[in-house]
Amino acid sequence: MTDLKRTPLHGAHERLGARLVEFAGYSMPVQYRSVLEEHRAVREGAGLFDVSHMGQIYLEGTGAIASTERLLSRPVASLKPGRVRYGLLCNQEGGIVDDVTFYRTGDDAIFLCVNAANVEKDYRWGVRFALDDTVIRNRSDETGLLALQGPASPEILAHVSSPTVKELERYAFTQIEVAGCDALVSRTGYTGSDGYEIYLAATETERVFEALLAEGKPLGLIPAGLGARDTLRLEAAMPLYGHELDDTTSPFEAGLGKFVKLDRGGFIGAEAIARREAEGRPRQLVGFELSERGIARAGYAVAVHGETVGVVTSGGPSPTLGKSIGLGYVPPRLAEPGTLLDIVIRGRAVSGRVVETPFVKASG
Amino acid sequence: MAEIQIPDELRYSSDDEWVRVEAGRVIVGITDYAQQQLGDIVFVELPGAGASFKKGEAFGVVESVKAVSDLCAPIGGKVIEVNDALTDRPEAVNEACYADGWMVAFSPSDPEEIDSLLDSEAYRKHVEARSD
Repeated sequence: MTDLKRTPLHGAHERLGARLVEFAGYSMPVQYRSVLEEHRAVREGAGLFDVSHMGQIYLEGTGAIASTERLLSRPVASLKPGRVRYGLLCNQEGGIVDDVTFYRTGDDAIFLCVNAANVEKDYRWGVRFALDDTVIRNRSDETGLLALQGPASPEILAHVSSPTVKELERYAFTQIEVAGCDALVSRTGYTGSDGYEIYLAATETERVFEALLAEGKPLGLIPAGLGARDTLRLEAAMPLYGHELDDTTSPFEAGLGKFVKLDRGGFIGAEAIARREAEGRPRQLVGFELSERGIARAGYAVAVHGETVGVVTSGGPSPTLGKSIGLGYVPPRLAEPGTLLDIVIRGRAVSGRVVETPFVKASG
Repeated sequence: MAEIQIPDELRYSSDDEWVRVEAGRVIVGITDYAQQQLGDIVFVELPGAGASFKKGEAFGVVESVKAVSDLCAPIGGKVIEVNDALTDRPEAVNEACYADGWMVAFSPSDPEEIDSLLDSEAYRKHVEARSD
């Protein structure tokens, strides 16, 4: 794995005995001791994730807000400084370039937190479509990112920062010191539980990681890897780019229609999305659970009466529910909760049914 | 990673299964190295008693949260007993891979195949070669 990029926490992961795997060109911890243990820690106490592989693309200058209005599926001008939104970069065919969170840091400044696998693509996309008076910078390599997730997170972060972080609203952020280091802290996450994402200088990320682990340990904090991040986001039915989303997926097919504001128009892809929606969706993302034993995996066929009707995009055990769950695309006529369908596992049809998502409604 | 247990009295396949010969039966499971590599095991699929397999043939599947892994018959033979308890408690493979986590018992078709398996020392070298 010598060619892989490393996050600022690579040495810390090795000291903690993490199992490192390749993810989006990075050597990343998939687990420290146990995926299930780390999953439970996030639902009941707290887990600390290194997500420094994710990218940060800054747009600044008098044209920055107008440029992001053009790039993103949701309004930007109405976003107040100190607030975050989730949205999509779409292409001219109405497909999804990336799903991102965007942070309004000032009147003429914004940054996008993007998927690691898409950093270069998003950066080039931004450069290509930005308007005049916009400076676009990729600050991914100089930025570290920690995700502190779970119901004990506010208490833990208050210990190493300020009690005011407990009052931070969901989808708000603040610039504050954490363990003596300058940080941008947002009340956001990718687990379905309460928590924070903490942006830091790459050079200071390890110091904050160690301080949080030390202070948080008595409150149930453990380091958590990408394995638990995936089972947690699956329970929350949050899409993963490359699985549920890609350059051909329309936001409505993926169930992300509420993150697209078509009537404001003008953003890249708006017309194509509206046209595709008017033509009718060929497929719809649904959540399903299995009624028999087995694990649904990405790429397995979805079938009804022996006929393949769709495909699983993500699947696995739900540690919280003790059931086997998954996400997949099916024809819209089969998307109603309660619809019976089969997942074809090693040639055998295992019965399941469409259920409401999120699978797990965690607190906060 | 925790230290890897490799009991002296067992024989091993290069696919990380262990074998215990007991009154003409050959009991098979996966090694401590295999269960550590897989991580939390959440599903085990085993054949029915009476099924026959050739040496090296997949006789079942073990799944962790992230991975699907075939179980390969370390010797050829007929399945005479299956550890059905793993259906409800697949985590027994993580907790006690050489005891409660056993998978199946074979009646060997050619007992000499057992002699071709690795002993504990050879298997340890096989594990260490991959851990570097």
